[in-house]
Amino acid sequence: MPLHTVSFLVENKPGVLFKVANLFRRRGYNIQSLTVGPVEGSPLSRMTVVVDAESRILNQIVEQLDKMVDVVKVKRLDPLRTLSRELLLIKMKTSDPIARIEAVNTVNAYHGLILDVDPDILIAEVTGPTDEIDEFLKRIGPIGIEEMSRTGAAAIERGNVKLA
Amino acid sequence: MTEMTGAEAYVKALEKEGVKYLFGVTGAAIIPICDDLLKSKIRYIGGAHEQGSTHMADGYARVSGHPGVVQVTSGPGATNIVTGLATAQLDSSPVVALTGQVPLSMVGTDAFQEVDIIGITASVTKHNIQVMEAVEIPHAIKSAFYISSTGRKGAVLVDIPKDTQTDKADMVFPDKVEFRGYHPNIEPNSQEMHWAATLLAKARRPVIIAGGGAIASGATMELIELAEMLQAPVATSLMGKGAIPSNHPLSLGLCGMHGRCEANYIVPEADVLLVVGARFSDRTTGSLRGFAPNARIIHIDVDRSEIDKNVDSITRIVGDAKLAIRGIREKVAQQRNTGHTDEDLVKRIKEFKAQSDTLNTSPLSGPEVIRAIRRAMPPDSIVVTDVGQHQMWAAQHYDVRGPGEFFTSGGLGTMGWGTPAAIGAKAARPDLPLLNISGDGSFAMTENNLAIAVDEGFPVTVVILNNGVLGMVAQWQRLFYNRRYSTIQRPKHPDFVKLAESYGATGVKAESTKQIETAIKRSIKEKQTTVIDVPMDPEENVYPMIPPGMGLKDILLGGA
Ligand SMILES: Cc1ncc(C[n+]2csc(CCOP(=O)(O)OP(=O)(O)O)c2C)c(N)n1
Ligand SMILES: [Mg+2]
Repeated sequence: MPLHTVSFLVENKPGVLFKVANLFRRRGYNIQSLTVGPVEGSPLSRMTVVVDAESRILNQIVEQLDKMVDVVKVKRLDPLRTLSRELLLIKMKTSDPIARIEAVNTVNAYHGLILDVDPDILIAEVTGPTDEIDEFLKRIGPIGIEEMSRTGAAAIERGNVKLA
Repeated sequence: MTEMTGAEAYVKALEKEGVKYLFGVTGAAIIPICDDLLKSKIRYIGGAHEQGSTHMADGYARVSGHPGVVQVTSGPGATNIVTGLATAQLDSSPVVALTGQVPLSMVGTDAFQEVDIIGITASVTKHNIQVMEAVEIPHAIKSAFYISSTGRKGAVLVDIPKDTQTDKADMVFPDKVEFRGYHPNIEPNSQEMHWAATLLAKARRPVIIAGGGAIASGATMELIELAEMLQAPVATSLMGKGAIPSNHPLSLGLCGMHGRCEANYIVPEADVLLVVGARFSDRTTGSLRGFAPNARIIHIDVDRSEIDKNVDSITRIVGDAKLAIRGIREKVAQQRNTGHTDEDLVKRIKEFKAQSDTLNTSPLSGPEVIRAIRRAMPPDSIVVTDVGQHQMWAAQHYDVRGPGEFFTSGGLGTMGWGTPAAIGAKAARPDLPLLNISGDGSFAMTENNLAIAVDEGFPVTVVILNNGVLGMVAQWQRLFYNRRYSTIQRPKHPDFVKLAESYGATGVKAESTKQIETAIKRSIKEKQTTVIDVPMDPEENVYPMIPPGMGLKDILLGGA
């Protein structure tokens, strides 16, 4: 099933994240990722969810979210205009010097940053669209992933349109 | 601005909403409020169990159109209302639930009688709110009433920690509340109404299905006019019963699993189907393949999320059904000559009606008992039902003249709803006789509410179609499980006549339709809460029936 990105503004108050998550759980919608953060200078937060859904369900997700009193505005982002990024923090085992060089090269190739260096361990940060992060992880897999933390996608549409 | 306690503000906020009755059961976490209620004119109706109190509030709400209010304590008081809230929410009934809670400082500690009622009820309410400071109480209560009674109505809960009841604050009572994320009044789109009118005007076999939304919006007059103009027959969902008089020549009655022949044979023939305030529940449509295979569907609903949820429509009108139908009717009138009756159609409907009415005419069959109740009830009166076979017979055979005469738990199908709902309904319309069409299993679930009917002076009549089994489940086992009866036997019932008497009500055993009629008439005349116990055949089935998973035309008319 295709992945879709839905962004929505919610009241920034206790309990709202629970209600949103509860809606997804109870109606059986499949979430790939969910990100939340406050909107500067406003009492709202912006949530972005990436869902795996065919069109009837996608439509339901938008409408059911919109129906919630605490959800102010919902938009299904246009895939052709959407800029989407997620952040990966990754810890790699690099006691072997060759593995270490390979890890640094791979991080560089994905425009990542080395954040911390330890005799046996490298920590890097990589940002990019979700599929790029997936690709990066595939490359780094054989080198050895000790630990990782992904944020899920934040997304915004190009041009003079906004969710407000 | 006036300084007062949260409890005082609570009472004042309810008074400002015009609340006449509070249904509930008391407890420690709500005592400060109960203390202040002593000074109020709001009448408190103490219940036997919070579920019953919630159904009373629901019955009150459905009949009066105003929110019904239930007030309970924290913990078990709060969890006991969950079934009632779900029942109200699924049938779009405006119920406001007010729950006490442990003091905020103890919330989250598993304190005595603490439950997370916000979490527990999030899925069965339209909205819920936990008060965090005394000063929020007037706004929270105003919001609950506003949200529950606008747009698609529903259940709203406000959870009120005990310390916010006793804290003092400078209170402001808003006349109006607004939400960035809640805009219930949607004007139907005129382009969509135009398309709908064009489709309908050109249709050769238009059919209308009316649901609870048609009744909630008061659209029935417009709906009937449109139906007559188009010569479109009107079927209803269970919640839509009353959208058209049962004896109207274009009335098809109940559609779906236990729908009448006229509805289930004629709906699938539609080339254009206008669905008004109904949500294509599986019980109304049967298998979607056989539902209306050749129809182009026009769907009107106030709740946008219902559009295309189960069935795709080609014209979608979001908004108030009354406004939408009025708009469509005007536009149809411009496009089509109307007036003459479709004699062939009316004749077919009549024939199917006769078929539906003669499926089982043995003296104490379900349909005959329902018809006897109808004969005994005056025209201006209200019936409610419980859930099971008796409910389906009532939906099929209890003739109504319009909305406001028949109420039932449709979406949740809550056994035990009827008796307390009848009491709440009686509180809303003390001038009208109220009768619950019940089953032995359903009645036993909430019979303790008879005490409230007697004590508080809300006389209701209950007719128990007593087949001694959980009949609807027995029917499925008879028809689809080769008579392998399991779990359907009730533990031995008490003697319902003596039970009624022990509550101070009247109990009558009625063994003929004549005796039923006499007992009902007497209970109404004497304004006496009365339980009428009618022994019934435990083997009788409700027909017609569409077996689960089959299409509307796959009707079983009898047999097994
Ligand atoms: C609270 C609740 N529990 C269980 C059911 C499942 N159920 C549906 S109908 C039915 C039998 C109802 O028995 P009764 O009230 O005697 O009515 P009858 O079908 O015999 O007319 C049962 C158990 C239900 N609808 N509601
Ligand atoms: Mg029974």
